[in-house]
Amino acid sequence: MSDTNGVLVDVRNVEKVFRRGSETVHVLSGLNLQVREGEFLALMGPSGSGKSTLLNLIGGLDRPTSGSVRVGGDQIDQMSDRQLAAWRARHVGFVFQFYNLLPVLSAERNVELPLLLTHLSKAERRRHVDVALKVVGLEHRKRHYPRQMSGGEQQRTGIARAIVTDPTLLLCDEPTGDLDRKSGDEILALLRALNQEHGKTIIMVTHDVHASAQATRTVYLEKGQLSTEKPE
Amino acid sequence: MKFLFLIWGNLLRKKLRTSLTLLSVFVAFLLFGILCIIYEAFNVGVTMAGADRLIVTHKTSLIMSLPVNYEQRIQRIPGVVDVTHWTWFNGIYQDEPKNFFGSFPVVPEAFFAMHPEYVLPQDQKEAWLRTRTGAIVGDALVQRFGWKIGDRIPLTSPIYPREGGDVWEFEIVGIYSGARPNTDTSGFFFRYDYFDEARAYGKGLVGWYMVRVDHPDNAAQVAAAIDAEFANSPYETKTEPEAAFAQGFVSQMGNIGTILMGVLGAVFFTILLVAGNTMAQSVRERTAELGTLKAIGFTNERVLALVLAESCALACLGGLAGLAAAWLVAQAGSPVPSMLPVFHLPPQYLAIGAGLTVVLGLVTGILPALQAMRLQIAVALRREG
Repeated sequence: MSDTNGVLVDVRNVEKVFRRGSETVHVLSGLNLQVREGEFLALMGPSGSGKSTLLNLIGGLDRPTSGSVRVGGDQIDQMSDRQLAAWRARHVGFVFQFYNLLPVLSAERNVELPLLLTHLSKAERRRHVDVALKVVGLEHRKRHYPRQMSGGEQQRTGIARAIVTDPTLLLCDEPTGDLDRKSGDEILALLRALNQEHGKTIIMVTHDVHASAQATRTVYLEKGQLSTEKPE
Repeated sequence: MKFLFLIWGNLLRKKLRTSLTLLSVFVAFLLFGILCIIYEAFNVGVTMAGADRLIVTHKTSLIMSLPVNYEQRIQRIPGVVDVTHWTWFNGIYQDEPKNFFGSFPVVPEAFFAMHPEYVLPQDQKEAWLRTRTGAIVGDALVQRFGWKIGDRIPLTSPIYPREGGDVWEFEIVGIYSGARPNTDTSGFFFRYDYFDEARAYGKGLVGWYMVRVDHPDNAAQVAAAIDAEFANSPYETKTEPEAAFAQGFVSQMGNIGTILMGVLGAVFFTILLVAGNTMAQSVRERTAELGTLKAIGFTNERVLALVLAESCALACLGGLAGLAAAWLVAQAGSPVPSMLPVFHLPPQYLAIGAGLTVVLGLVTGILPALQAMRLQIAVALRREG
């Protein structure tokens, strides 16, 4: 999926401007970022620095005001809404801070959701779901509903949903932000395993230095600009 | 089909709210079904009218009689195939006003030739021809009073007292049924020859004539010819198609259709607000979930379809249950047989009701569905935090 240089994500001169009433807020200004295939990148920065906005742009959930975003050779900022939806379903897995599971569905049904958009048969979908739940160590909890699971288990279900279609890129927005240290460590270990053993490219937004230590590279975002140095 | 569990899960999210909405839709469609039954009961004469049948009444009023010898003169008019007559007897059983039903002296052979919608076994038909005091009754009437063949039925008539005594006595010799589900089987028919001979006054007169023409296209021409035949006589006639006659009869009670439509309109408008509010609230509560679905690859159109499918499922479940209940009510029979002798829910009304459930689902779901479709993912996901 990556280009010839092994770069999977290529963000160039990206600017993102929000309007709040009459006020114009420049969240990202001429930002550049390359992420190589197989990398585990931690994206840090203070609140409101634009970390989640950048993650949304890379995941095709939002569009830049200017600049380009290429992922795996696809220039996603030029895609229509329908093309973007299909692209996300095929290439990206999302892990959210608050898990974003559907409370009315069991763990296995939540994990199955992205597979509903494929042409897989019911039996094949079930097989994929079982594999994903096994990877995250939750095969014994598949019939449980989110309200019956701990925060850590819910997040692992969220990760199973993110990997069930076997995407190249995992985008994690504060995946340990709502968890205690022990559960957080389990999630980080799982993400590291997905990166090292399954070759997933991971971009993780985090506030937590301990979490960023698990990544292979950390970048800092402040005032719309990236740096490799932790700001003062 | 593979999205069904998602739709079902969302419907079960707030069980109490869903149940109450289902109940309100159920009641609305039950009411729709019952009003259709009532409408059908009032209009059964119109729907059952033969296109080739005319009714000849006195020009002044239906309650005025016509001479019995008009039959031969009508029969001679070109285009007329059959003629028979009916007379309104106004029979009351056991002298109790509430035991009132439609009762008519008729000529048996001509009656059956004119009305194939009344079905009587051959042996009972022959028994009627043999028995001057014999009467045939519809199965709805039999059910109402628990009569059987051989029973002797005393009737009084405020219009036609019997010579030498008030009470008329008839023997039930046959029980007829309807050729179609909405045939009125609440009538009581007895022989005109017995009636005419025994009545205290009015001999040689009948209530009205039924005329069958050779082709429906000739009905207007034949009707004009009949009225011309008796113009300037002491008994001038008014001839009209059976359906028009029945419609005029119904109209005397007011415009039933408009009244029923008004009631239904009010009910459906209320249901629209109730179900629409349920769907709007349900979508508002799930903004972040809808954002999540879009993030993992659900297109805007698919999200729109999901919300619409949900509102249609809600309307169809409640609506079809309501229609089924109305059908069961119709099967149980008329609770007021003297007022609504025909109590039947025709399939076309069930089909209209089923169509309405889908329309209700689409109308109540379209605004929340559009709202869900237009939802921006990044904005929706921020609501979670």
